[in-house]
Amino acid sequence: MSGVASIHLVENALLVSIQDDVTDTEIIDLQDALSNRIADENVDGVIVDISALEIVDTFVGRVIAQLAGISRLLAAETYVVGMRPAVAVTLVELGMYLPQTRTALSLSHALAQLRRG
Amino acid sequence: MAEPQPDFLHKILQRIDLKTGKDAVQARQVVARELKARGVSALRVTRFATAVSEIARNVIVHGGGGHFTVGLNAATSYLDVECRDRGRGIPDIDQAMKDGFTTAGGLGRGLGGAKRLSDRFEIETVPGQGTTVRMSAKI
Amino acid sequence: MPQTGTATILKIFEADFGGIVEEWRGTQVEEGVRRSDLFTDSESRAQNIELLKAFLTGIRSGVHEQDFSFEDTAWEDLRAVLADLTKERVSRGVTPSEMANFVLALKTPLFSRLATELAGDTDRLIAEIRLVTRLIDAFAIYTNEVFIAEREQIIERQREEMMELSTPVVELWDRVLTLPLIGTLDSARSQEVMENLLETILQRQAEVVIVDITGVSTVDTQVAQHLLRAAAAVRLMGAECIISGISPMIAQTMVQLGIDVGTVSTRSSIRTALADALRKVGYVIEKRDAH
Repeated sequence: MSGVASIHLVENALLVSIQDDVTDTEIIDLQDALSNRIADENVDGVIVDISALEIVDTFVGRVIAQLAGISRLLAAETYVVGMRPAVAVTLVELGMYLPQTRTALSLSHALAQLRRG
Repeated sequence: MAEPQPDFLHKILQRIDLKTGKDAVQARQVVARELKARGVSALRVTRFATAVSEIARNVIVHGGGGHFTVGLNAATSYLDVECRDRGRGIPDIDQAMKDGFTTAGGLGRGLGGAKRLSDRFEIETVPGQGTTVRMSAKI
Repeated sequence: MPQTGTATILKIFEADFGGIVEEWRGTQVEEGVRRSDLFTDSESRAQNIELLKAFLTGIRSGVHEQDFSFEDTAWEDLRAVLADLTKERVSRGVTPSEMANFVLALKTPLFSRLATELAGDTDRLIAEIRLVTRLIDAFAIYTNEVFIAEREQIIERQREEMMELSTPVVELWDRVLTLPLIGTLDSARSQEVMENLLETILQRQAEVVIVDITGVSTVDTQVAQHLLRAAAAVRLMGAECIISGISPMIAQTMVQLGIDVGTVSTRSSIRTALADALRKVGYVIEKRDAH
């Protein structure tokens, strides 16, 4: 299960870095694990670092969008950070704008935004 | 239905059996590696690898598994990919190509999106016998 | 059928190469193909000689049973000389028809010499003239192709240069970029603009991007779509996009076309957009009392 990322607690947010060889099953597992930990640890935010991802297709995009919806219901904001330019262009071309998801350039940008509230 | 390009998969580089999500990951990574090795830009690599990922998942989820083949079309400088399954086929192909169509509870942008992200794209489907997608990226 | 080959034509060339060159050049002047305004006389003579020598080399070994193809190795010299000559002439502004006529003018000196050489043997004369005509016509057509290919290359190069020139991403302030768009925005250009912008965001770690459309001539549904897609991609990367330079007229057109900008910030001028952008990255613009 090399693709399964470990979840770290940084300040009051859960940080996870997704690896490029993540499979559909693993990313569903990750969504599940994150949902549980948001509720258990009462965090303000979830930061998903996708800088390693060369592609985000409609399935992964949908899981990220769902994660944003889930965390919002649990009173946390989801940040996607480090999206590569090529991935951003491709997602737009696929019509996936991820409106519910917050975005930031990097982990530190996302943490700064979370601190501001 | 369009005839396959005469030189499609002229020189085969690799074949992968598509059974699990891991195979789909391998398929798109092979495609990305082959395009990068030929100096294709990051954006175009991502676009085509994304298209391949969509189609490979379709083969596994809807087609009950199948085969992926990647090769070169030396004459026209295309990287060709064929994904083939022996699933139920797609009853209404025009409908399925539209954004928003879905049979498995997804968003249904996969097929139409994959076509937009490929430089060439054709799909051949026979209800009850399976679906073959042939897609290419200009090198 | 009288026997023809390249023997006669080669003999003519060998007998009077210098004379042919001079007469060829004379015909070029008569037909107005030699541009004394563009080439000095000695330059022109040297080029003519070089080209004719290469042509002769081709005829010597590149014609088999009256068949020839300029792609063969026998014509290598001609291709090389022609490529150099064309490059130079294109840059000096010679036209394609001038270029073709320049080659075709070679017929006059050759025909007159053939007529003298084969006086009394009409059949052979006709056959020889036919072969020389085919050779020179093919030569002229090939020259034109090289010429056009060279011009296309120049056009492509200029297009690329213009593209780069017209899409500069400027760092206005620390973490604030601006992209002043000018002219028309078609699919190809907007794709290029978007890629360039996103790469710069990544390099500079920019948090706010002002896309200024003051210089965009028309904003129709398609242009608006390109802009909104760029804004969406900017947001996905984690930066914010402000579209500025929306004139009252453009605003009216956009509403009439039913274009919904959604959550993208829009401003009428780059001035207000800049104030906004600076505020977003934590700066305050303050006017000092004394002024």
